[in-house]
Amino acid sequence: MQDFGEAFALAFGLVLSPTGDLLEIVGLSMRVSLTATAIACLLGLPLGALLAVTRFPGRGAVLVAINALMGLPPVVVGLLVYLNLSRAGPLGFLGLLYTPTAMIIAQTILITPIVAALSRQILEDLNAEYAEQFRSLCLSRWQSVQALLWDGRYALLTVGLAGFGRAVAEVGAVMIVGGNIDHLTRVMTTAIALETSKGQLALALALGIILMAIALGVNALVQSLRMSAERRNVYA
Amino acid sequence: MFMRDLAFPDVVPCTETDLMPLQVEGVRLCLDGKAVLDGVDLRLEGTGCTVIMGPNGAGKSQLLKLIHGLKRPDAGRISWNGRAAAAVTARQALVFQKPVLLRRSVAANVDFVLKARRRDRGLRDGLLEHVGLLDKARQPARQLSGGEAQRLMLGRALATEPEVLLLDEPTASLDPASVLAIERIILRARERGVKVILVTHDTGQARRMADEVVFLHRGRILEHVPAEQFFPEPETREARDYLNGRIVV
Repeated sequence: MQDFGEAFALAFGLVLSPTGDLLEIVGLSMRVSLTATAIACLLGLPLGALLAVTRFPGRGAVLVAINALMGLPPVVVGLLVYLNLSRAGPLGFLGLLYTPTAMIIAQTILITPIVAALSRQILEDLNAEYAEQFRSLCLSRWQSVQALLWDGRYALLTVGLAGFGRAVAEVGAVMIVGGNIDHLTRVMTTAIALETSKGQLALALALGIILMAIALGVNALVQSLRMSAERRNVYA
Repeated sequence: MFMRDLAFPDVVPCTETDLMPLQVEGVRLCLDGKAVLDGVDLRLEGTGCTVIMGPNGAGKSQLLKLIHGLKRPDAGRISWNGRAAAAVTARQALVFQKPVLLRRSVAANVDFVLKARRRDRGLRDGLLEHVGLLDKARQPARQLSGGEAQRLMLGRALATEPEVLLLDEPTASLDPASVLAIERIILRARERGVKVILVTHDTGQARRMADEVVFLHRGRILEHVPAEQFFPEPETREARDYLNGRIVV
């Protein structure tokens, strides 16, 4: 118990006056996961919107597939990206393995289905309300999609957050494609795994505390945005 | 109050439509296996305000959606001076019973339609003034009262420069002042040559607005006569009962 107490004390000390290493790890984590979230939103939101407003044969199968992909195990994604990016793989010539870019690719693949599936649900409900009016106005499909995305913006913020939460917290995919290389591809989750296995509980705990704080902070921010929007009755 | 007399004459320009006459022949519409409209024949001419009346479930709203081209009939033909209904939806505007407002400001709701129709955005303030909402332009549209929301729906409908204005019980459950404001906006569109087709439950409103009346009952048209003929002496017992406030089923 003595050790744990010391570890906690050290961890809080680190959080309050972080070292360069710690900041570097947190910074890379944020860079990778925010970039992956942004790309996943760019791909997933229009895809979700399109699925919300269109009806085509095989749509049901696509929905099942996307919903199933929400539960993709990160290590499997990591493995697939690894196979593609490794020297012998089809994209090996790009030389991306063990770089932050590879980690962004893996996380993007991991969370795009989440963004698409959740936004599809939200936008389909919204579309049920708007569809007849939009048809009366003779809007094009693209105009409808744009309007739905904009009018669902506050709910979609939560979707983006869900994606970010999943990306920043996963360890399997970034470990495989990033390799947890110090000063290059070491992020919070891989560092926590490594430091714990080395018995360096202080650094692991400090990172854990920061990770939790980020998760809480982002959630609180989005929640307050939504609540203020609801108060003003813009989103209801 | 806000009904300044044609302060913005360009907002609702004079229209001369070649969409009329509207010809409905033998139209049948089934919903969930039940015929909502059955053998509807109707010919609407020229300008003015046609009021469609009838008890609940008579098929009034469905008829409106059919002629607007939002739905296809199971049988029969609808033609706007030879054109299919779905082909001329864009030249008409439908105001729904329940306002469908975008989750944006009042002004952005009008902007949205002006942009979608590639019309001059400078028309927005004139349109808002026309429907008495200029002072609420920056307010979220969903904060409007029922009457204001419906006026915004009308403003948005007029922003499409419709040749035909279709209204599905636009004043249902509104207070008298709102009803009056909305009726004035509709009448001014009518004065400028917009053909108005109004579905209403309110016999008082029908008396004030109608140039002619179509009385619908159980999916069929029982009467289609000029207003001055319908209101004093309806031909059918159902219409008489309806006007006298008896329950017609």
